Amino acid sequence: MSVIGLIRMGDNTLVLGQRVSEWCGHSPALEEDIALANTALDLIGQTQLWLGLAAEREGKGRTADTLAYHRDAWDFRNLLLVEQPNRDFGMTMMRQFLFDSWHLEALTALAKHDHAEISAIAQKSVKEVTYHRERSSDTVIALGDGTEESHARMQSALDRLWPYVGEMFTTDDDDLIDMAALRPAFDAYVGDVLAEATLTRPESDFAHLGGKTGARHTEHLGHMLATMQVLPRSYPDATW
Amino acid sequence: MVTTRPSVQDVWTWLAAVPDPEIPVISLIDLGIIRDVQWQGDTLEVTVTPTYSGCPATSIINIEIEAALRVNGIENLSLKRQIAPPWTTDWMSDAGKAKLESYGIAPPQPAGGPERCPHCQSTHVEKISQFGSTPCKAQWRCTNCLEPFDYFKCI
Repeated sequence: MSVIGLIRMGDNTLVLGQRVSEWCGHSPALEEDIALANTALDLIGQTQLWLGLAAEREGKGRTADTLAYHRDAWDFRNLLLVEQPNRDFGMTMMRQFLFDSWHLEALTALAKHDHAEISAIAQKSVKEVTYHRERSSDTVIALGDGTEESHARMQSALDRLWPYVGEMFTTDDDDLIDMAALRPAFDAYVGDVLAEATLTRPESDFAHLGGKTGARHTEHLGHMLATMQVLPRSYPDATW
Repeated sequence: MVTTRPSVQDVWTWLAAVPDPEIPVISLIDLGIIRDVQWQGDTLEVTVTPTYSGCPATSIINIEIEAALRVNGIENLSLKRQIAPPWTTDWMSDAGKAKLESYGIAPPQPAGGPERCPHCQSTHVEKISQFGSTPCKAQWRCTNCLEPFDYFKCI
């Protein structure tokens, strides 16, 4: 069991959970605010499981909290997609939709993993992420096939985020499963939703890389971590 | 060695009196999150499964289990977290579902939405949002009496 593979799963949910929680109190409607906060909560819960297992397997006395709060950007192994800023609500929901579509395929495969602990976390997460994908798909369809303005914003979000899709399907020995094998199911699902949303999938499959290997994160991650980590780093002895 | 350990059945009865911190009308047993109670030597081991992985009530629930058992004289207690098989609303008791409805929360249905409005029993209901005030609930509305209500998500 690769510790890096576990950290990748946990960093994705941690970084996206933090990003989504930035909306708390700022969403366009109360129901959306609650939905985003609930999604963030699920993702942070999953983070505790993944990073908790990673810390235990690593055996260096670290915990999920140490991994979350006391690593710098270059030690994070999340996908570049999840660290992208929220920008507008359409961009946030498109990012969520692309991530959920990959996440659900990945967790479904991980639920059959030989390691019982990995399988258990994935089985638990599948239930929550099924819900996330349903909601983000519905929102992408409603806004894509909505007004002229909402359609234009969703197409612009798709065009801007598509170069971050390819990284989800790059794979190496540290991954817990073969991520490349998930692409056909992802393409089929995303294709159906985009068609219903009257959105056009970009032609180029050019992909920005470097998040999951840690080689090169975008500038946005460091800013996000500065906010997320300031309290435990400034007051290392602080407890709840 | 002869010890006076309470029976496992007594422990289940005590836990049935511990309310869910978010929805106090149902107990932890009604919710189906207590998966096992057994003695390991002199230590009572209680196996608890979380409803949602990030549910903040989980830590409160553990504190309340501990408090309820301490009051009943349990000294050596071990709380075990079990995440597989994952919690499902199928484990909620029928009594719990009935209590939810009379409290104003539509109980989970395999069809994926509430069967009827918990206020006026009308079957004319519509979804407002897939998410609600806690991770386990969604927001629905009755198109007859026009009241919004919580629906306990079926997972």
